Amino acid sequence: MQFSEQWLRQYVNPALDSEGLGHALTMAGLEVEALEPVAADFTKVVVAEIISAEKHPDADRLQICKVNVGTDELLQIVCGAPNARAGLKAPCALVGAELPGFKIKQAKVRGVESFGMMCSAKELGLAEESSGLLELAADTIVGQDIRTVFELDDKLFTLKLTPNRTDCLSIVGIARDVTALTGATLLLPTILPVAAKINAQHAVTVSEPDACPRYTGRLITGVNAAVTTPDWIVRRLERSGVRSISAIVDITNYVLLEQGQPLHAFDADKLQGNIEVRYARAGEQLVLLNQQTIELQPDMLVIADSTGALALAGIMGGDSSAVGDDTSNIFLESAFFTPAVIVGKARRLNFSTDSSYRFERGVDFGNTLAALERATNLVLEICGGEAGPVTEVLGSLPARPPVSLRMARLISVLGIPLNIQDVLNILQKLNFTYTHSGDVFEVTPPSYRFDIEIEEDLIEEVARLYGYDNIPATAPQDQLRMLPSAEASLNRNWLRDTLAASGYQEIVSYSFVDESWERELLGNPNPIQLKNPIASNLSVMRSGLWGGLLETLMYNLNRKQERVRLFEIGATYSSVTDGYAEITRISGLAYGDAAPEQWAQEAREVDFFDVKAEIERLAGGRVQYVTAQHSALHPGQTAQVILHGKPIGWIGKLHPKWQQQYQLPRSVILFELDVEPLLQRKVAEYTHVPKFPPVRRDIAVLVDENTNIQALTDSMWAAKNPLINEIALFDVYRGKGIAEGKKSLAFLVLIQDTQKTLTDVEADAVMASILDLLVQQHGATLRN
Amino acid sequence: MQNLDHIISEAQRDFSACGSIADLEQAKARYLGKSGSLTDALKGLGKLSSEERPAAGAAINVVKQQVEAALKEKRDAILLAEQEHQLASESLDVTLPARQLGQGGLHPVSLTLRRIEELFRSIGFEVAEGPEIESDFYNFTALNIPEDHPARAMHDTFYVDEQHVLRTHTSPVQVHYMQDKEPPLKIIAPGRVYRVDSDATHSPMFHQVEGLWVDENISFANLKGVVQDFLQRFFERDDLQVRFRPSFFPFTEPSAEMDMSWGDGWLEIGGCGMVHPEVFGHVGIDSEKYRGFAFGLGVERLTMLRYGVNDLRLFFENDLRFLKQFA
Repeated sequence: MQFSEQWLRQYVNPALDSEGLGHALTMAGLEVEALEPVAADFTKVVVAEIISAEKHPDADRLQICKVNVGTDELLQIVCGAPNARAGLKAPCALVGAELPGFKIKQAKVRGVESFGMMCSAKELGLAEESSGLLELAADTIVGQDIRTVFELDDKLFTLKLTPNRTDCLSIVGIARDVTALTGATLLLPTILPVAAKINAQHAVTVSEPDACPRYTGRLITGVNAAVTTPDWIVRRLERSGVRSISAIVDITNYVLLEQGQPLHAFDADKLQGNIEVRYARAGEQLVLLNQQTIELQPDMLVIADSTGALALAGIMGGDSSAVGDDTSNIFLESAFFTPAVIVGKARRLNFSTDSSYRFERGVDFGNTLAALERATNLVLEICGGEAGPVTEVLGSLPARPPVSLRMARLISVLGIPLNIQDVLNILQKLNFTYTHSGDVFEVTPPSYRFDIEIEEDLIEEVARLYGYDNIPATAPQDQLRMLPSAEASLNRNWLRDTLAASGYQEIVSYSFVDESWERELLGNPNPIQLKNPIASNLSVMRSGLWGGLLETLMYNLNRKQERVRLFEIGATYSSVTDGYAEITRISGLAYGDAAPEQWAQEAREVDFFDVKAEIERLAGGRVQYVTAQHSALHPGQTAQVILHGKPIGWIGKLHPKWQQQYQLPRSVILFELDVEPLLQRKVAEYTHVPKFPPVRRDIAVLVDENTNIQALTDSMWAAKNPLINEIALFDVYRGKGIAEGKKSLAFLVLIQDTQKTLTDVEADAVMASILDLLVQQHGATLRN
Repeated sequence: MQNLDHIISEAQRDFSACGSIADLEQAKARYLGKSGSLTDALKGLGKLSSEERPAAGAAINVVKQQVEAALKEKRDAILLAEQEHQLASESLDVTLPARQLGQGGLHPVSLTLRRIEELFRSIGFEVAEGPEIESDFYNFTALNIPEDHPARAMHDTFYVDEQHVLRTHTSPVQVHYMQDKEPPLKIIAPGRVYRVDSDATHSPMFHQVEGLWVDENISFANLKGVVQDFLQRFFERDDLQVRFRPSFFPFTEPSAEMDMSWGDGWLEIGGCGMVHPEVFGHVGIDSEKYRGFAFGLGVERLTMLRYGVNDLRLFFENDLRFLKQFA
């Protein structure tokens, strides 16, 4: 809602300057989004009439003008504007005037004295561009200050109104609230009913009284629709961002802005038979005022005559019955349409109008007739004509049931000590009707307030008028109880810190990704599609985080980064039978050298096992790895990660075909793990620390090249020999001395008896049993 | 006895010629070894009479002690020299850089979320979570935003299907939580939210933190108190002020826009209000007995103010030169 400050101040003029008024509005919930002067500052610019204009003797494009500025003597002014001519009235900046960016001095122009400057709109800061002097109407009074002529000492207020304050979508409504806030006197325009001079009437049938509980209309005959709209109306419309169209349309728009009541004027000569308010019929079409042809739908309310729909009720008029310059009889409509009937219809047609915007939110049904009278008065005054009697069809208007307000509730919700008198004062300021007995008020909201339905709405009104600023910031009182703290459950921040400590940088990437990441890289044939993505490359919800990591990698490689470690924690999304599932995952990417380039270590490429170390750190337990296949990963360097027997994610090297496709110079190692299982730990449970030292024995075996090591260690552990304390692989050897297709694996085994010192015989027995097991289960042979 | 004195001087000369512990051990053997001269001398005692033996023995022992003393002296000297040599040879340029693992770090939004969580935990708030693909009911209806309500238009919603949206705010978490638990309730709900909006100051995905406190005696003044306390602690500025302005959210009444004093003016940092009785109705909480406040803070906004970041888009470009500044 944008409007002229002067317009508002005509109705209510509190003792506040513009900024003060703006602050008061903002603090009352009518947020002032912008407050700016209608014109730049300038001084000493007056209306001048050019009496004569002679060619400059030494310059083709200049004229020497004699100008009347309302003083005794004519001024001589040299002017280069092409439209400077005798008889023209235009602004003149006198010597000493200050214009936006420069000062006017007496000067010689090509040898001729010039005492001021004739001005264009651009020079006064009133327009971006102009092609000559600003031409003023012939009846403008010479010598008058231009700022007065154009009412330039005015400011534009732009309010960002919340959907509940529909009552402030008009100057009258804002003025009403300013009065409540400041106590300044409200001086609204007096609206006198217009007595009918003619008897002509248009019959109106409201077939949908629920959708249109009040319809008023009247004929005005013999109007001059071609008349020029008075400046003061054009100016106020413009300052509210409404373009002047024609006198009658301007008047309806003016009343809409002033009263908040959308009106519509039909060319009465184009109406056939009765006016009917009804829902559109299937297949009905309507050409709107904006020339758009729409297929009406049966939930759209229309104003119709016997030939069909004329207008989309409360939204936009139709082209066929529109008022034009040759219109001489009009039918003026002022109605109340139920918000629920209007809501969403304009949006469905991809537009919004000042009218639909107001009807969707609620228009004052107590003001329908007054607005009609206001418009009638203006039409008669500006366009002439004679008005007929008002036709009114009245159904049942929305009820405004009284709302209770209990003092105790009010005080406890707001947390401030208010008394009955405070509340009485506030209700009176708001001009709300109320009764009260004891500590309970019964308040009947006015017809223009669609937002007072429950006690809390009144509490908010009381707080608003009391001033949110006057409510103290008070610490709550609570019973002190400690929060639960599950030791067996880690916080996600622990995962973040762990990876950050390993040199990984956290990123945050969009949850929606390019469809190709899902379909191709992650092999997800049915990604979740957004119905209205913001861009075609952000159209599906991700089922894994690698797309974002790879995109970030590429972004940073393009910025000369050479070694990159990234991770992200975020939700991944999938469709399930009864909706959608979200799993939070942690995912990492390693690219480039294993360590930053440095003097103390040989450079080598990061590999699978470097990244495996991160997984062990994150999992903190005995994770297992199973050879597996994943569409994104190298088939020979991919493992599924298993924790407590359940798969929790993947690790592997990016498949070379993707590396090639994404033009990555070096290989990428990726991992992704479910977060929840990583966070589940065991609370430590003490076991006896053995007094006796462990015995270390080593064993080296030959196995087939394709035997995987985890299988070997798993089976050694599976034997559950209580004396085995630790098993660790310490060497893998292929080559000289080892047959082709075989590899040598060396394990160390720590053997321990918690009760006594182990004998060699016992240790030998343990090792023999291990060897036996490896031979039996994995075809191993002891290496000598 | 002349012979014994000779042994001492000979041993001293011998030992001092030794350059290493190994040499010294060899020299030691010549005197104290199995067939060393002093050992021989001790063996010779057996041939003496019992009268002569004590005096001769004592004399040998004196010599032996002297030899051993000479030996120890030389051994200590060699060890000291060796140690000095070792120290000299092992000395480093301690200013050489450490072995590097590479510097990691957290995203600035994570840093802010962590601070927010810590501060609210310190007064007993727990952290709650909810889904990001949210049903229309939780995102709108349960929050008193019915179909076709003009407030829905303000939300620029991403739709997944007819009944599901990407949550436009973290407020639905309130609803889930209130459905599941009995008051008193005290939670914050951080997370990603989504709006169909993308320009220099809007991102289609951003983070919010929702706060909710439901109890029998929670007031609007308390809401102001908690938010002010939080902002003062978050920005570590005791003079920071909070300003509430009347506003409208379908799920709170009274509602307010929260501004924070910053420089000479005020900055909008989120919305808040007292939980609307309609919302309590949807989750079965008696609004006569309980009242509650709720607020929503923009995490990126707080992060930008905290660290002086001037462009929202930096958070999602993930330029390492930007992110490393927060390590």
